Amino acid sequence: MVWLHRYLRLLVCATFLLVAAGGMVTSTNSGLSVPDWPTTYGHNMFTFPASKMVGGIFYEHGHRLIASTVGFLTIGLVIWQWRVEPRRWMRRLGIIALGAVIVQGILGGLTVKYFLPAPISISHAGLAQLFLCLVVSLTVFTSASWRQPLAPPVNDARLRRRMVWLTSLVYIQILLGATMRHIGAGLAIPDFPLSFGHIVPPTWTPQIAVHFAHRTGALIVTLMVIATAGYIWGRHADRPELKRPLWLLIVIVGLQISLGASVVLSGKQPVINTLHVATGAAVLTTCLFITLRAFRVRFESDRRTEVRSALRT
Amino acid sequence: MRTPSLLIATLLISVSACSSPPPASAPAAGGGKKVDAATAGTISGKVTFAGTPPKPDMLRMTTDQACVQASGAMAPSDAALVAADGAVQNTFVYIKDGVDAAYSFEVPAEAVVLDQKGCRYAPRVIGVRAGQRLEIANSDATLHNVHALPMTNQEFNHGQKEKDPNIVHTFTVPEVMVRFKCDVHGWMNAHVGVMGTPFFAVTAADGSYEIKGVPPGTYTVAVWHEKFGESTQSVTVGDRETKTAAFTFKQ
Repeated sequence: MVWLHRYLRLLVCATFLLVAAGGMVTSTNSGLSVPDWPTTYGHNMFTFPASKMVGGIFYEHGHRLIASTVGFLTIGLVIWQWRVEPRRWMRRLGIIALGAVIVQGILGGLTVKYFLPAPISISHAGLAQLFLCLVVSLTVFTSASWRQPLAPPVNDARLRRRMVWLTSLVYIQILLGATMRHIGAGLAIPDFPLSFGHIVPPTWTPQIAVHFAHRTGALIVTLMVIATAGYIWGRHADRPELKRPLWLLIVIVGLQISLGASVVLSGKQPVINTLHVATGAAVLTTCLFITLRAFRVRFESDRRTEVRSALRT
Repeated sequence: MRTPSLLIATLLISVSACSSPPPASAPAAGGGKKVDAATAGTISGKVTFAGTPPKPDMLRMTTDQACVQASGAMAPSDAALVAADGAVQNTFVYIKDGVDAAYSFEVPAEAVVLDQKGCRYAPRVIGVRAGQRLEIANSDATLHNVHALPMTNQEFNHGQKEKDPNIVHTFTVPEVMVRFKCDVHGWMNAHVGVMGTPFFAVTAADGSYEIKGVPPGTYTVAVWHEKFGESTQSVTVGDRETKTAAFTFKQ
């Protein structure tokens, strides 16, 4: 189980890199630089010469290669889980992850074949984050601190509700960001922090509405993070398993707001844009991490399953 | 269950929308009436820019060494070519309105060639008749993707490696302008005017243009430039008359 956990950590890193590489594809407008799929300029994806990975092809083909690696790692995960994982629901989660990565690959292909239609591209971006959440969850569920916690898990229904709300809001905020990117609304409001010199935009188009919704979403998420931090410090000041990720969350939310402002002020500089996407994923997974910690008490049967499994062997 | 259902529904709707058949309507055949060469006139003139010519953006081509060898690491953009006297090159001039629908115009059998040379489209602005073959060549030692983004005709995106045969495409519906881009080299753009009549021209380096064989009548003549926009003028052409129509884009 220790090695399976380490393997999952590798898969999380690869998936995170994949999300960032996808962000770079969009940020550099390279999504259609390889017009064919699943081939690359007629070559098998894995035999396409590295010397021809020029311009936008570097980002698009690189993204495909990382995606394939994540796909293979996920297949390996499922096989490994079926061999060593005693929890049936965990094995099922592995299968769901494999299904998600396959659908994600097909969505990636469709978006190329149909010239980046916004609904498919947004679904591709949204499913990427769900897949990342799945592998992060699997990693948490295989960790020693999850399987054999040193202290009794926190049992706080209000915290659980708060964290579900916060994590869901962050995901909606990411979907709004993806919509903004894929309908070309990243600079629909060209100034920051004001909107055309006003608090609320004086004029409205669908692009401005989506952009403003994303900014409003950022404000709501920030306020919720502050409120949640106050709640955890007030009620669970002695729980490092909650406080440590909370500190990280506060830091990356601050970074994310700075990056969001920089995206606008830099005129969508590709590296800043991509860092904004990657940090968004980090905010989501950190929220998820705290949520899972809050729900640990509901998984007491896990320990019994493991004990039974150990006794059998 | 709601999220996957929504996803699948969105996917199916998108795919069905995207896979709709290409526009089938061919350019209007006209009523068979031919232009009388004995009375046809000419519209000519010059397109200029009033004010300080915009400084060209510098294109960084370092993402592909083949482009660097062909054009240098940094090269000025050819999006707005304005001479010292204000003459504007690469303006698409065309008769936008006023041509009698009874006329028919034969579509040329020879193809119009759009090349990719030095990691640029050459020429950058070009005209083609609806129904006429457009051949896209690659003279570069690198690969490109030829990505057309029409609003009315069918979008396409084809890869073209070095030494690959020309890509042949025929637009079926008149459309001014169809943008072409290369997503491998983000700075590469071309604009193709797809016309139902032969009454169009692209300005030369001295800003001049000439549209020949125009039947007598009153027309709306338009000039289109990718940076300066479009403007129109009413022009009346008499029997065998050469009419001058000058256009000036303002800062």
